This record gives sequence, structure tokens and C-alpha cells, in this order.
Amino acid sequence: MFPAPFGYVRAESLDEALAVLAREGPGAKILAGGQSLLPMMKLRIAEPALLVDIHRLPALTGWQETAEGLTLGAVVRHSQLERAEALQEFYPLLGRTARWIADPLVRNRGTVAGSLAHADPAGDWGAALLALGASVTLRSLTRTRELPLDAFLVDIFTTALEPDEVLTAIRIPKPAGRPFGTYLKLERKVGDFAVVGVAVNVVLDARHTVVEAGIGLAGVGPRALRAPAAEAALIGHPLESGGIREAAALAAEAADPVSDRRGSRAYKRNVVRVFVERGLKALADESRPEVGVTA
Amino acid sequence: MALELSEPRPLGKPIRRKEDARLIRGQGRYLDDIVLPGMLHLALVRSPYAHARIRRIDVQRAAALPGVHLVLTGQDLAAAGLAWMPTLAGDRQMVLAVDKVLFQYQEVAAVVAESRALAEDAAALVEVDYEPLPAVVDPYRALEPGSPILREDRDPPSNRIFHWEAGDRAATEAALARSAVVVRETVRMPRVHPAPLEPCGCIADYQRATGRLTWYVTSQAPHAHRTVLAMVAGIPEHKIRVVSPDVGGGFGNKVPVFPGYVAAIVAAMRLNRPVKWVETRTENLTSTNFARDYHMTVEIGADADGKVTALKVSTIADHGAFDAAADPTRFPAGLFSIVTGSYDFPVAFAEVDGVYTNKAPGGVAYRCSFRVTEASFLIERAMQSLALRLGMDPVALRLKNFIPPEKFPYHSPLGWTYDSGNYRATLERAMERIGYAALRQEQAERRARGELMGIGVSTFTEIVGAGPSHTFDILGIKMFDSCELRVHPTGKVLARLGTRHQGQGHETTFAQVIAEELGLTADDVLVEEGDTDTAPYGLGTYASRSTPTAGAAAAVAARRVRDKARRIAAHLLEVAEDDVEWDGTRFHPAGTPARGVTMAEVALAAYTNPPPGMEPGLEGTVYYDPPNLTFPNGAYLCVVDIDKGTSQVHVRRFVAVDDCGTVINPMVVEGQIHGGLTEGFAIAFLQEIAFDEQGNCLAPNFMEYLVPTAVETPQWETDRTVTPSPHHPIGAKGVGESPNVGSPAAFVNAVIDALAPLGVTHLDIPLYPWKIWEVLHERGVAE
Repeated sequence: MFPAPFGYVRAESLDEALAVLAREGPGAKILAGGQSLLPMMKLRIAEPALLVDIHRLPALTGWQETAEGLTLGAVVRHSQLERAEALQEFYPLLGRTARWIADPLVRNRGTVAGSLAHADPAGDWGAALLALGASVTLRSLTRTRELPLDAFLVDIFTTALEPDEVLTAIRIPKPAGRPFGTYLKLERKVGDFAVVGVAVNVVLDARHTVVEAGIGLAGVGPRALRAPAAEAALIGHPLESGGIREAAALAAEAADPVSDRRGSRAYKRNVVRVFVERGLKALADESRPEVGVTA
Repeated sequence: MALELSEPRPLGKPIRRKEDARLIRGQGRYLDDIVLPGMLHLALVRSPYAHARIRRIDVQRAAALPGVHLVLTGQDLAAAGLAWMPTLAGDRQMVLAVDKVLFQYQEVAAVVAESRALAEDAAALVEVDYEPLPAVVDPYRALEPGSPILREDRDPPSNRIFHWEAGDRAATEAALARSAVVVRETVRMPRVHPAPLEPCGCIADYQRATGRLTWYVTSQAPHAHRTVLAMVAGIPEHKIRVVSPDVGGGFGNKVPVFPGYVAAIVAAMRLNRPVKWVETRTENLTSTNFARDYHMTVEIGADADGKVTALKVSTIADHGAFDAAADPTRFPAGLFSIVTGSYDFPVAFAEVDGVYTNKAPGGVAYRCSFRVTEASFLIERAMQSLALRLGMDPVALRLKNFIPPEKFPYHSPLGWTYDSGNYRATLERAMERIGYAALRQEQAERRARGELMGIGVSTFTEIVGAGPSHTFDILGIKMFDSCELRVHPTGKVLARLGTRHQGQGHETTFAQVIAEELGLTADDVLVEEGDTDTAPYGLGTYASRSTPTAGAAAAVAARRVRDKARRIAAHLLEVAEDDVEWDGTRFHPAGTPARGVTMAEVALAAYTNPPPGMEPGLEGTVYYDPPNLTFPNGAYLCVVDIDKGTSQVHVRRFVAVDDCGTVINPMVVEGQIHGGLTEGFAIAFLQEIAFDEQGNCLAPNFMEYLVPTAVETPQWETDRTVTPSPHHPIGAKGVGESPNVGSPAAFVNAVIDALAPLGVTHLDIPLYPWKIWEVLHERGVAE
């Protein structure tokens, strides 16, 4: 279990990392948390000629919260979001997703942006960040571009990232009301990739009407998927059982799973429906804490 | 609450494990911790195909890599007569493939280099030209006429390895024909893997100057390995020293000899440098021995009120490319004939056909006394099916058919003599612990609400402690075990045994047995195992045999020492030997308890002041040939709830009541039960070494071969009854394997019990949620 021989550069700045990528071409790979890349190298599934280590670059650490939203640096680790109490008010889905990822060891080292760039179709962040309407910032030596996550994720282990680009930041728009979000995951054991992962996020106005809705799906397509029809069905209505059931059925239709050792296509689709329904019901209960507690 | 090692009269007490202090602090010394001067590293080239002819192997590029010392192929070994090696099951196995490969990941070439990383780089440069052949994956297909013959070296050419049977076929078939009810079920116990945390490995250190080979190896049976090595490699046995250092779990995986071992030894002898080979996790899961893979068909008969009448079992045993099981020689299907279990069958018949397929060779007894898990799973599943057919509570069916206590020693229709048991008492303890009647009431209420709740029962009997010399041997070597005791002048004891623990706690439990006999504390007794230069000959630790064999030897050796000590005590007390009494910690003159001598005082006298005419010293050596096996048993009850949306099974409760006779250390026993139940849970719900139609292994790593963590492991509730073995010196039975043997059926029976109202009588394990969902979906009850 040793990787093929490879070179290693620890970038002292983002510009240096970008310059190395520009010079070395596709043989160079960015190393952040290394929780997907290094196992693949040890199995010799990946044999990059050069690793460009960015995980200590100060410019890429931490996050900024502004009136427009939240910007996560490229080396924010899963465990940081798991424990970020300050983000719970406006971005509750982040912490509730992070806790489902792998195990504490992986969460302490692995990065959110690395997970997106790796683009495992069963990765949890793709689903959660789609539900949050996130976009990503891609930088090369010569240009900077911003892409909606939906456009960034292309196919299995495939993104819009060019060989000379680094995913430097993830942007999440600020909710236009009170946000509620949760993540449901069917895994065979703890630490497993999702058999089915479902992220649900709704934003309610003062009258408990859904003004924004996001549903992201993991493990049920060649990439993380959005369920736009299900999202649309929720908007403009209170979060109630009839609408929830309709959204769940529409989300199941958006799923496009394959049959494998983790279950049949029909089974996985059904779990999507069950999870969307259970997730939205939980959010509905959460949004009405006063109900049922009167003495 | 654990007690300290200084506790007097330690037998039966929860003494803190001696080995924990070093093992849990990372201070163990495992195989891969050992680094010898000048040591080289070996990596194996493995086949990507399950069945292929080898046209050509080109090692030039690998051999030319700087730092590479040797590249070995099957042709090189064939020139030395080592291309094949015997298996413990009496078959033979390729060390490095010659002409063709028979399973994916088969060993094809070995590369020895300055570092492991370099060896792996070089292994990637070995070019092998394969001509793929059709793979035979299904063992039933392997037996069909016209199926490709896999083992061209065998005569006559056939994919059938052996046919074995026990019992009376004609009488059984006649009894089934007469029975009011006959239930037939086909039950598969899939291929699984012991997957110890530490994989297998070795260091071969050959000194050309002395002709001596020191072989450090992850071995459950170092003496057996020494003898096999002497036979295979032609090295005189006294010039081989096998050292099995701390072993990080074995579970049967570390009994056989593997091709990597032989390659490392050959390389060390050629290069005159120590050579280390340690397998990766993938190599462990794909090549060094699976377990189970039994395809069983059972017919169970009963009269109308549920009294069993006959049992007939036919099994196809998939051994993969080579029969590399480690069963006692006369038992190609192990002790599968324990399949009548805890029930008083008047007549029974069992047959097993061993089959070659294009899969990794095996199968080992994974925490199992040779196919006992398969047998126990089958009979307990069959009892569930019979209860369903009869409309009887599965507990009532068992109570009706248990072998009653007064029938022990009980002669089973398949030839065993059960030593002791009180099955009703054990089951009743479990029912009381779990609140069985109330659970059935709750289940009825939940069923009325459409909920899926199940209660599973497994009341198994094991057969462990191989074994008596009249019946048991491996390649002719009888399956006794041994203990050599030395009491030092200050009353401290060195005990060496022929077994080799891998987590069972021998350093503590055997110290307790000896200390109890000698009136000492466990702290006074150092237990040493694993070095063939110092330990007496024994067949090792597997099949729950250590306590029945070496544990018995320890007790008997200590009693021999105590007999001599009594004579010395008489001398010290100046009384006749017949007037000396032993109170458990001291010798004293009869009727004068105040004036006594301790074992330490006697020990000093043995070296400084022995009685006139007595040989000095205080030692005892015993080779213990057990008169019978031991038959531990248990009653396991399991409660599950099934989520109708995801079809996930939640194990709500699990009560395990075990009867392993006299308990040496209840804390160690409980630890063993917890470990085995967790493995049984994994086998029931998570694990399978599966293959696709081309013979590609689909679970070659822990991403796909699922080992449970504390998160998914249920809460275990343990209890016990004590029915001592009448023939064991302290009444103890083996116990390590009981939970793995007994629990899979409890889990599965609970799930089937939950689904029974839907007409479900059987599902094959592992019970993945999607399998259950397909049933719920088909019946229209899925959420």
C-alpha cells in the first residue's frame, strides 16, 4: 500500500500554487486534506506526478460572513463546520451535514472544497451545498471565475475545474428569512459513503410560508443532484403534509440511481422519497416549536 | 469491577488482564514492529484474472530497478521443487503460479527489495501475459458435466474435492417419509473473512553459517507451522525456530501456511538476508483464507405436536481453488456433524461435497470449531422454519425437543458424545432476562398497528476442544496440548504452553488456573507462549481448544507440582505426608492450621533443603490428551424493529446466556462474548466476500467489506449458567467461539419473525436493508 513515486511542493502562496499548476499541467494535483486523494494514490488508482500542497495557505483558511452570504475558504475542514455554532442561525444545514461525513479522523483533515473537487457522486457536500444554492470560485494564474455548483459538478468524479485551476472558495447566499435545514443519510455503516443522502433546506418568512427551498441528493445519480420540481412545489406554501408528500414524490423522480450491491434503483428512489418526506416533516416540526407545548 | 492481579484464590474472579497494560498503550510487539539488521522486503505480484493461462512472465524491468535483490516466479520455485506446497487439509496449493492462475489475486511472482515501497514499485513492473479462461464461480455449476476442470493437476480430473457423510441415510429418509410435517429449506452461509486487525506476515531470518532459520510469523499454531515447514522446505526441524510475537487477532486466519510465507523463506535462504513480508488489507481479504461459503439444504421432520423425528442435510462446500482448510485430517467438513444441535433427534444424516471454484482458497474455521457455525446456523434456522410451519412459538418448540439433562452424556445420532448441558435452564434464564412473554404481547400490539417487530431465538450447542487422540490429528500429529511449569526458588512461576493467544487473555486466565492450584496469585505466574524453542509442543490456539486442552494441561501440571510440594511440606513441617492438608494457599499439619507453609516457602526448600533422597527442583510438564471434546452451549434472544421506509433493522435488545462450564475469568468470558456477538452481527447484516460472474472479488477492502464499529454494534446483555464439563480437570469448556456460532441465527430468526406475518420464511444473509425492502415492496407494506 505505497503510492507510485511522486513529487511534492508545499506552496507558500496561492499564486505560487497557481504558477506550479500552470507550469506542470495535468500531472499536478492539488493536495488539501488528502482524505480522498491519498487513499487513491495508495491503491495506485491515482498516480499524480506532483502534489501541490495548499492546506496551510492562510488565504484559504476560515470563512467570512457578510450581508450577502457566507464564503468558505478552500481548506475549511469538515470538523470546523461540524462545530461552528456561529453558523447555526443562518446556515444550520452545514453542521448537520458535516457530522455525517466519514469519521472524526477524516473530518478533522478533509476539506469541504476538496470533497466538491473530488466529485464523488455519493459525497455529502454536493447534495448539501446544492440545497443551499452555493457557487464556487475557480482561480488560475490568468483568470478568476465563479460558477454555480450545479454547473461545476459535471459527472462522476468530473467537474468543470481546469487542470490549471484551484477551487479557492465556496459562496452560500444569505437566506431571505428563517432557515431550516437537515441532512438524512442511509449508510451501511458509519463512515460509509451514502447509499442515499438527502439534504433539505427551506427558508420561511414571518407567516411560515416557504420563500426558498433547496433539495439536494447524493448517491442517486452520476453526480450530486438537485430536485428543482420538488423545490418549486414547496415555494409559496406553508410547510404542510400535503405539500411535503408532493415534494417527496417529485424529488424521487429527480433521482436517477443505478442498481448495485447497495440496493436496486427502485429501492434507492424510494429512500429518496422517504427521506425528503421525513426531513421536511422534521423541519416543519422544528419551525413550529410552540405547537403542543401549551399547558 | 475488575480485580487486581494480587487477588488471592483467583479462579473464577474478574482479574484485570495482564496483557492490556501493554497492548492498549501501544507497547505490544507485533510482527511488523520487528526490524532486523539488513532486512529486505517482499511484495507479491497477483493475478488480475480469476482463471487464466500464463503465457509469459517478464521480470527484466523489475529486476533491473536499483534496490531490487530478487524476483521469484513459479518457474524458479518449480526448479527447487517448491512451486506447490501441501495444505493442512491434505490438498496442495500453488506457492507462485505455474502455467495458470485459478483465482483473482493469486500469487504470481515475488519481488524482494530494499524497502517495501520499492518492492511494490518493482512488482508493478513485472509483466505477465495472461490468456483469460472462463471462470467457474458458482459451486453448483462447478459440479455440472462439461464445466471447465480447474485443477488439471488432480487425478481423476474433477471439480469435486471430496464427498463426506455421517449418520444413517436410509433410516433418516424413512423417518422423514413417516413424519407428519417435513420442512425443507435452502440456507446459504456466504463467504466471509475473519479480517483480524493485524493482517498476516512473517520475517524469515536464515543464517547460512549455522543453517538455522528463525521465522517470525503471525501464527496461531507455531509448532504446527514448524513441523509443516520442516516437511515442505526440508530444513531439519531442530534448525527451525518459529516465533509468534504478539498477534493482533487471528480468528482462524492465522492457522494455515500462505504462499507469501514460503516466498519469504526461499528469498531469505537465497539472499542470506532477513526478508519481511506483510500483507496489505486487500491481500488479506482476497487471498489469505476466507471462511464459510456453505450452501446447505435441510429437511427437518416432526410429528404433529412438534416432536422432531429426523434431520437430513446436504451441503455444497465451496473451497475455492485449493482446499486450504485447516480441519482435522479425518474431518474434511470439520465438525459439521454437530448439526443436530441441542435437540434429541432419533435419527439424522448429513453429507457434504467439497468443490473447487475460481475463488481464493480456504476455508478456515473463522472463530469456529471447524464448520460448527455453519451447522449451528442451519439447525437454528431450520427450527425457526419448523416452528412457523407448526404454528408453534419457537421457544416452545425448543423446550419440547431439548436433550434433557438426565440424558447426558448424550450420544448424538451423528456420532458425538455430548459431555454436559442444561439447555432448558439456560433458555429460561434468557427468557427471564429479556422478559419474553411481555415482548410477545408487545409484538402482538405492534403487529396490530402494522409495525414490524421480531423476536429471534437461537439455542445452540458447540463442540470444541479438538481433540482426543483417538479421533483427532492434523497430518498425523495428534491434537493434544501442553504445559510446562517451573516454580522458581522464590515461589514465582514460569508457565509455557503449546498454544498461542491472539487476544484471548491466556496470560491472565492460565495464570489464574495455575495460581489457584498452587495457592498463588495470578501476578506470581508468568505465562509464555509462541516460541517453539522454549514452549512445549502443542497444536495451537483456534477452535476454542486452548482451555479444553492447554488449560487442562496447566491445571494437571500444577497439580503434579503441588503433589511434590506436599512431600516437601511434610518434610518442612516434620509430619507424615498423609498428615499434610492443603487449604488452598498453605500446607499445614492436619488439625493444626496455624502452623503452615506457603508454596513460596516450599519452593525455596525445593532448591535449598529438599527432603533426603528427593530430586531437587519444582517443575511439572504435562501433555494433555483430552478424553472428549467439550460442548458449550447457549440461549440467545434478539429483538429487532424494522423501519418500513428504509427497511433498516434496528437490534433493540440482545440477551446472550452462555454455559461454558466452570468460568475462569468472567470478565474475559464477557469480553469474548461481546467480540463474537459483534462478529455474528456483522455476518448477519453486513459482510460478504462476493464475486461477479468473472470471478472478480467485490469486497477487496474495508470500503466494501464492512466491519462494524461501536456506532452500529448493538448493546449486548450477557449472563450465564454453569454446567461443568465432567471430564475437564476444572470443569471448563471453550467459549471464544460460542457467540459467533450462536448469534447469526438469532439475528436472522428475529428478522424472519418480524416478517413472518407476510409469509416470509427465509432470507439469505447478509440481510441488507434493500433485501428486506424488496419483500416489503412486493407485499405492498413498504412505507
